[in-house]
Amino acid sequence: MPTISTADLAAISPEIIVLCSAMAVLIMGLFVKKEWRFLLGYLSVAGLAAAADRTWAMRSVVHGAFSGMFILDGYATYFKMVFYVAAAIALLISISYVRMENIEKGEYYGLILFATAGMMVMASGSDLMTVYLGIELMALSIYVLAGFLRKSLRSNEAALKYFLLGAFSSGILLYGIALIYGITGTTNLHDIAAFIQTGTYSKPALILSMILMLAGFGFKVAAVPFHMWTPDVYEGAPTSVTAFMSVGPKAAAFAAFLRVFITALPQIQADWTIIIAALAILSMLIGNVVAISQTNIKRMLAYSSIAHAGYAMVGFVAGGAEGISSVMTYLLIYVFMNLGAFGMVVALSRGGMTGERIEDFAGLSKKNKMAALLMLIFMFSLAGIPPTAGFIGKFNIFMAALNSGFLWLALIMVVMSAVSAFFYLRVVLVMYMKEPEDDRKLTPNLSMYTAMAVAAYAVLYIGMNPSGVIDFAMKSVSGLM
Amino acid sequence: MIPLSWYIALSVLMFSIGVLGVLIRRNVIIIFMCIELILNSVNIAMVAFAHYLNSVRGQIFVLFIMTVAAAEAAIGLAIIIAMYRNKETLNTSDINIMKW
Repeated sequence: MPTISTADLAAISPEIIVLCSAMAVLIMGLFVKKEWRFLLGYLSVAGLAAAADRTWAMRSVVHGAFSGMFILDGYATYFKMVFYVAAAIALLISISYVRMENIEKGEYYGLILFATAGMMVMASGSDLMTVYLGIELMALSIYVLAGFLRKSLRSNEAALKYFLLGAFSSGILLYGIALIYGITGTTNLHDIAAFIQTGTYSKPALILSMILMLAGFGFKVAAVPFHMWTPDVYEGAPTSVTAFMSVGPKAAAFAAFLRVFITALPQIQADWTIIIAALAILSMLIGNVVAISQTNIKRMLAYSSIAHAGYAMVGFVAGGAEGISSVMTYLLIYVFMNLGAFGMVVALSRGGMTGERIEDFAGLSKKNKMAALLMLIFMFSLAGIPPTAGFIGKFNIFMAALNSGFLWLALIMVVMSAVSAFFYLRVVLVMYMKEPEDDRKLTPNLSMYTAMAVAAYAVLYIGMNPSGVIDFAMKSVSGLM
Repeated sequence: MIPLSWYIALSVLMFSIGVLGVLIRRNVIIIFMCIELILNSVNIAMVAFAHYLNSVRGQIFVLFIMTVAAAEAAIGLAIIIAMYRNKETLNTSDINIMKW
């Protein structure tokens, strides 16, 4: 009879803290007067900080809790830190935006924390059951957040499309899980790998279940050809929610994707490597090429996020400690640069569609030099221009691909990255070369500027001193290998 | 005793109907019902495997899937109602402010 030990409870203490603060924020939202609701946002950030403190204190602990359902290891710790950073920055840029859109409610902050808890379970799930529950906790919260502007038809539409396609993709993922359970008789990732190594099974059935799971995860990371929902959902959802879901859930989906495939299916690595390589090429190609023709910046960043999923998958294909740690580094860097870029879109928005067209950035350098400079840094980083962090991230993936003999994949990545410079730098061009269309000023806002300053500092700091982050990722990946 | 392959055939059939329905039907509620069909095909496969493998894991998994499906139904129907209040349609061809 398995029992729950205190070590098990200690292992999930960060999740417990995040869930408790989510519920506290949810209940307090009912009692706190409207003018004080922004404090709930800061309270949520404080909850994340407390959880981060717990996670950091346990960074060297490796413990498989609850009969191997949940694992605390370096890999999970790394991703949890990424999620805390992503959620905290997203919360800080939300505070003024939700007030402006008149959706300043306790539920908003509560749902972001619930989604964060789901992401943490995904990173720690060492059984397909926990991975699935984590995915659903995250996804269900994000569906609601995407439709949070109840009166806006665009937000309704985004939520509906996200919900239908998200639920569909979970169904496909689940069928893959059911098949693999039928083949191996277990859902524990390590036991699956052990069975595949020793037991007798039918290879085609295993490949089929792998493909179904790959399709499910492909939806979650927004890889072509499972990307159809991304542009619509990113465009229609409230901008602060888009900012969050472009980084947090994507990193979480990669965390679960990598852990499931590397831990459970190493025996058929040759089979999934080739499929993921194809998805990576398609994602880079379609993401970057279609982004060029976009006029709405949220839609452009949606296609750019598809392309970035493609870059990350190149690191996945490269495999090994080097490849996987390059993906992990990239996802952390992507959190800072993408949240920064979306934060600037949030800073420019004035309700409705305003601030969403690329033309709305015209003459930003004349109106607000600092804002234009920040956007310049984020755009350079997304394009992968040194000395920003984006360059370091892409360079690591490139080297990993080269070292494991995927020269052609690395070359496609470089070419596509050059194509992407075109549309990122167009935003910079519009900011610096065009005259402003009006003299609207950006309203200074403490939480927003704190978030943007942190993101810009991180982008530049990692760009110039990458060794700390790379070492941390290298050390964290050892638990997975 | 009914052989395992019958259950698997039923589950595959239900899964195929569900996927086909999601892809070709135009009514949001029917698409949603087809998604539920997919989830139930998974449940059948899981329970059948659990029975034939003599393991309870699959049955526990099914309990979780049913719980999540209930939560999903609550959220999905809420989203559909919010949509219907703003625009009185359930046809996906009319839900097209943004290109699919």
